[in-house]
Amino acid sequence: MNGIIEIGILQLMGAYVFLILLLIIVKAQGIGREKEILLSSLRMTVQLIIVGYILVYIFAVNHYLISIGVLIFMEIFAIRNIYARVKLKINYQLRKVITFAMVTGTTITIFYFLLIVINLDPWYEAHYFVPISGMVIGNSMTGVSLGTERLIDGIKTKKNLIENSLMLGATPNKATKNIVNDAFTAAILPTVNSMVGMGIVFLPGMMTGQILSGVSPLTAIEYQIAIMLGILGGVSLTVFILVQLGYKTFFNERSQLTD
Amino acid sequence: MFILKEIKYKNILEIDYLEIPFNQVICIVGESGSGKTTLIRLLNHLISCDSGDIYYKDTDLKDYDPVQLRREVVMLPQVPIIFPGTIKDNLLLGLELSEKPLVSEETLLKMMQTINLNKNLQTDAFELSGGEKQRLALARILLMAPDVLILDEPSSSLDEDTEIFIIEKLVDYTKSNYKTLIMVTHSKKLAQKYGENVISMEKGIIKKDN
Repeated sequence: MNGIIEIGILQLMGAYVFLILLLIIVKAQGIGREKEILLSSLRMTVQLIIVGYILVYIFAVNHYLISIGVLIFMEIFAIRNIYARVKLKINYQLRKVITFAMVTGTTITIFYFLLIVINLDPWYEAHYFVPISGMVIGNSMTGVSLGTERLIDGIKTKKNLIENSLMLGATPNKATKNIVNDAFTAAILPTVNSMVGMGIVFLPGMMTGQILSGVSPLTAIEYQIAIMLGILGGVSLTVFILVQLGYKTFFNERSQLTD
Repeated sequence: MFILKEIKYKNILEIDYLEIPFNQVICIVGESGSGKTTLIRLLNHLISCDSGDIYYKDTDLKDYDPVQLRREVVMLPQVPIIFPGTIKDNLLLGLELSEKPLVSEETLLKMMQTINLNKNLQTDAFELSGGEKQRLALARILLMAPDVLILDEPSSSLDEDTEIFIIEKLVDYTKSNYKTLIMVTHSKKLAQKYGENVISMEKGIIKKDN
């Protein structure tokens, strides 16, 4: 069997049996979340159909401006999502740092991956550019959200510790070193942990997709290993930039903790 | 010396003029909420005044490198933090944070004797009592040998006998090393006994400067 099996409309509708099954269970148990489940499924369907047609267009045009445009769109969406996800107040300077970290960290990772690891030519080939950028940006977004939350919380709850260190003549860097390291670790751990179960507990999505479309598993795993390391690098770089610049936004030019 | 001119800090502190000379024991007394802690936080440059000028060694604090200043003017807050680790780790931490050369174990043990803390250097610092932690924090800053020591209620967790013992050690240390000791205390008795210069505060204003 070569290539992927096409799913027709009727067959796709067959998959909605699972949704109907859930609705029956929820109704029978009196859980009362039918509306929410239906809405989520509808949103998923509509969003994916729209994205599908957009990607068809993008891949057909395959222009560098379109690839760059998609990258910018994903970055903006990811950064706004970070602001929304982090429940603690993010000061204006830290917002700028988040933006800088995301753009710099992910762009370096994406272009390194495409140009050096895959050796993509042309570099803007949409079939590769878009999904790989999406994976790097998506995972970095999660890492930066975690790192930001941990950093803000750490500085807020350990204010006394920081002030005691400052009183002893510590630089802001030394006074916040443990908090910064803690935030970095918390942000990259989920990515590190996800690598542990890979191939044993679960087959990652990219690999599954490639195998389904007829790619040899050996080629699929090469891509999966490469992209996982690329994601790890992307998350590490963005979070490192975030925490190393981010802690400074809590101090003024007189090395005093600001409110 | 420190010179403070027309200092205003929120509605907590208002000082027209104040001189704090060096190489003396200065006591700052006043009721709770009189602005004592705010004053010393201004001297340690942990905060800046809203208006006015503070001079240290004839240099405006605004022009002094803040980290360098805090290495010369070290402050011990009323509730000092004990950092995770052993007694030895905590003793050396001040030197590490201020990037000064570390001292030998012999010096650490001598300091422990000075402040009457008879424990093993490898003891977990969190196992100490409140009074012992206070003395440990004190030893930490004494090891830094700063020009100016600012202590906020340094004996608040100590019993009366230990309080007198520690204060006398501090005063001896100040005198024999030509240092400046600025001590916030609630005890007028202590201030009058040991302070060569007593600053009384009430509602953010200097009442009397002896």
